[in-house]
Amino acid sequence: MIYEFLYNLIGSHIVASFISAVFPLAFLVPFALFAVYLERKVSGHMQDRLGPMRVGWHGWLQTVADIIKLVQKEDITASATDKKLFNFAPVLVFAGSYAAFAAIPFTSIYIGSNIDLGILYIVAVSSFVVAGILMAGWASNNKYSLLGAMRSAAQIVSYEIPTVLVILSIIVISGTLNLMTLSEQQSSSFYNWMIFGGAVAGWKKFVLIPFVMIGFLVIYISSLAEVNRTPFDIPEAESELVSGYHTEYSGMKFAMFFLAEYANMFAVSAVVVALFLGGYQSPFGYLGNTTGLTWLIPVEQFFWFAAKGIFFVFVQMWLRWTLPRLRVDQLMVVCWKYLIPISFANLVIIALIMVL
Amino acid sequence: MLKTEQMVLNMGPQHPSTHGVLRLELELDGEVINSVTPHIGYLHRCFEKHCEAMTYPQIIPYVDRMDYLAAMYNEFGFALAVERLMDIKVPERVEYIRVIMGELQRIASHLVAVGTYGLDIGAFTPFLYCFRDREKILTLFEMTCGARLLYNYIWIGGLSHDIHPDFIRYTKEFIDYFKPNLKELNDLLTYNKIFIDRTANVGILPLETAINYGVTGPNLRASGLRWDLRLDDPYSIYDKFEFDIPVGQGWHGTIGDCWDRYYIRILEMEESLKILEQAIAQIPEGDISSAIPKRVKPPEGQIYTRVENPRGELGYFIISKGQLQPHRVKVRAPSFVSLSVLNELCKGHLVADVVAILGSIDIVLGEIDR
Amino acid sequence: MKSAQDIFEILKEKFPEEVISITTGKPKEDIIDIHPLSINKISFFLRDSEVLLFDNLILLSGVDNADGKKKTLPDGSFEYENNTLSVFYHVESTSLKHKITLRVTVPVDKPEVESVSEIWMCADWHEREAFDMIGINFLNHPNLIRILMPYDWEYGYPLRKDYKNPEFYAGMKVS
Repeated sequence: MIYEFLYNLIGSHIVASFISAVFPLAFLVPFALFAVYLERKVSGHMQDRLGPMRVGWHGWLQTVADIIKLVQKEDITASATDKKLFNFAPVLVFAGSYAAFAAIPFTSIYIGSNIDLGILYIVAVSSFVVAGILMAGWASNNKYSLLGAMRSAAQIVSYEIPTVLVILSIIVISGTLNLMTLSEQQSSSFYNWMIFGGAVAGWKKFVLIPFVMIGFLVIYISSLAEVNRTPFDIPEAESELVSGYHTEYSGMKFAMFFLAEYANMFAVSAVVVALFLGGYQSPFGYLGNTTGLTWLIPVEQFFWFAAKGIFFVFVQMWLRWTLPRLRVDQLMVVCWKYLIPISFANLVIIALIMVL
Repeated sequence: MLKTEQMVLNMGPQHPSTHGVLRLELELDGEVINSVTPHIGYLHRCFEKHCEAMTYPQIIPYVDRMDYLAAMYNEFGFALAVERLMDIKVPERVEYIRVIMGELQRIASHLVAVGTYGLDIGAFTPFLYCFRDREKILTLFEMTCGARLLYNYIWIGGLSHDIHPDFIRYTKEFIDYFKPNLKELNDLLTYNKIFIDRTANVGILPLETAINYGVTGPNLRASGLRWDLRLDDPYSIYDKFEFDIPVGQGWHGTIGDCWDRYYIRILEMEESLKILEQAIAQIPEGDISSAIPKRVKPPEGQIYTRVENPRGELGYFIISKGQLQPHRVKVRAPSFVSLSVLNELCKGHLVADVVAILGSIDIVLGEIDR
Repeated sequence: MKSAQDIFEILKEKFPEEVISITTGKPKEDIIDIHPLSINKISFFLRDSEVLLFDNLILLSGVDNADGKKKTLPDGSFEYENNTLSVFYHVESTSLKHKITLRVTVPVDKPEVESVSEIWMCADWHEREAFDMIGINFLNHPNLIRILMPYDWEYGYPLRKDYKNPEFYAGMKVS
């Protein structure tokens, strides 16, 4: 594991853990740049146009240009805002998204912190985002921002419930909360992936498949609501509230919100991948095994993990540019009247199957 | 003491989804609306005062700029009004070309209405598909008179230019290109469950209220009355074509809700395609400028003429005292009347529904404020 | 479907003093003149009687007739004295398919007309516009304030023939 390697190298727990914590950031920042570019290209091609084409080959440097622009913008603060909360809110939102990466395994030799409470910790700490959003909405001293922040808080808190219920059903099958162990259980080929019944022996595996698929759909829809993407993007509904809770932000603070949104998107995709699609496992053997270069295996695993995560981020973008958005009360109806009963029934049935 | 108050929220003159500069003052009780007051006048350009200082042919470019999304129909109505006052009979080729231009303009205007409505509801992609198809229509207009949005094409007594020799062929190509695209638009937006949930049973306009408020056009037809000026008060040569009038039936909710108004516009685009096919098959030869008078000096009197704009009934009331300039020109703009119903439609709905309702009644601020 | 002359006969029979005359022969519309303070009563009858059933007010427009004495002022501009203002009503019936034009005429120093906004809700905004542009005072209107001009415009009524633009409005020069 990388953490032990660093500790043996440096000798101090604090410095080793600090360096180990920077790895997800080193992945996230290029990922955010790539994701913004991907979003613009995907939306462009879906809308029968080309997207950015001028800055670099086919526009791949566009995000770099945008970051340079955002960094040098004037930081406008309205005079009637609550300064301390206003400045602290983007930090909290980003911290909430980033802290979730501590328990997500990127490869078999790297996980930020190998605690036994893995997934529970992730769900708990990503609720910091709610506090940050409420702070942003209130401190902006703007009726529109306040409306957007309230809607967002209601939405995120409600949609955590189906998420947790589906996670519980997966834990019933696998028996552990630690995402690393979960990924190890789904090894050797895609036949063992959780979405195809997991590494369960005998007839139970095939009976479980439809229920696990339903659980997968429920958690994917709830994760769309957690990150405020269409069809659940009421809090930042452009045509109604002019950008919702981040209306009043400009410059670097706005860039923090932006970065936090893409980090959050990847975090929830990574959780779904780790739970259902085998985490960093490859669907069919490793090149490292066939050629005998065993140091190649973790690199391949990281590649598979990143590819699966980016695929789900791509599906999130695809849904954003296709579907219209739901109204606030319809959003709540979907959560409380449909997703929660379905996921609860799912949990009970899966538990029954496992016990029999 | 704790007490609850109404909140006054301003959807101000600059807003992404009020279609133009319109200010809406909403009185909210939480998220439920108690009343909506529209404030207009931000785009008032004194059109009627200008008309009293200009001669009749000079008014045609000004008339375009009122409803800038359906400019051909504005000119059509004005030219028709003055021709009726002066008893001018235009050649048949001119009539056919005017109808072709009018129906192409109707399709272009409905595409903008449908696309921006999807954008307000949150679907970003149909907007671009609608504008891509509208580009083809604007290219046809540019081929004819050189302008894409404001034409100065339909003159009193005739037209300014004859159509390009290839115009008929390109129009046929456009009709064949557009039919499958309309089906694609329906699959993407019209029958989407989320879209139906946002718009069905929202903003219901009962028929009695609609007639009392003077609402016309697709909004009135969606409430259940079969009233189309092309058949009920015929003008030009519309009686030579066969087409249906779609009437709202409450397909996904009640009669007269937002989905009905939206769907009527989609059906009207199909009917316009039928009229176009018949018109380009029957168009005769002729000289387009043979009936244009040297000096437009109507006799003393007054007239009220109305045409079926894509948004409703566009009327021109012209009082002339026998001079080269009119004494008074009053325009009856369909969006002016449709906007006044907004308060009735929005009572009891949520803030997000205001955007849906405002998009479905399809207003253009240029003709409200003139 | 009735012609203008028939409708005039029916109205004259029911309201002998308030309906004044009918003007025919001038192109292109026949106009029925009505007394300004009884347009309300007559409109109720127009809407509710079974033979007429005028349920749709198409247009309500104010006109400055400019038929008074034209007086030229020392600075070159002119103004009218003793002219009249008119309001035209175009109504139609969606079921019986006939339409008619009514007119009321008022002198410029006392421009008062009864409002018809309780009969046809369409008249609400149209009367506000006639008030804003021509200066006709509609009695019993629910909310008679300006609609197109700014709410605090105190320099007169723009569509009158002798209207002059002010020099400054709220500190800005009016060109």
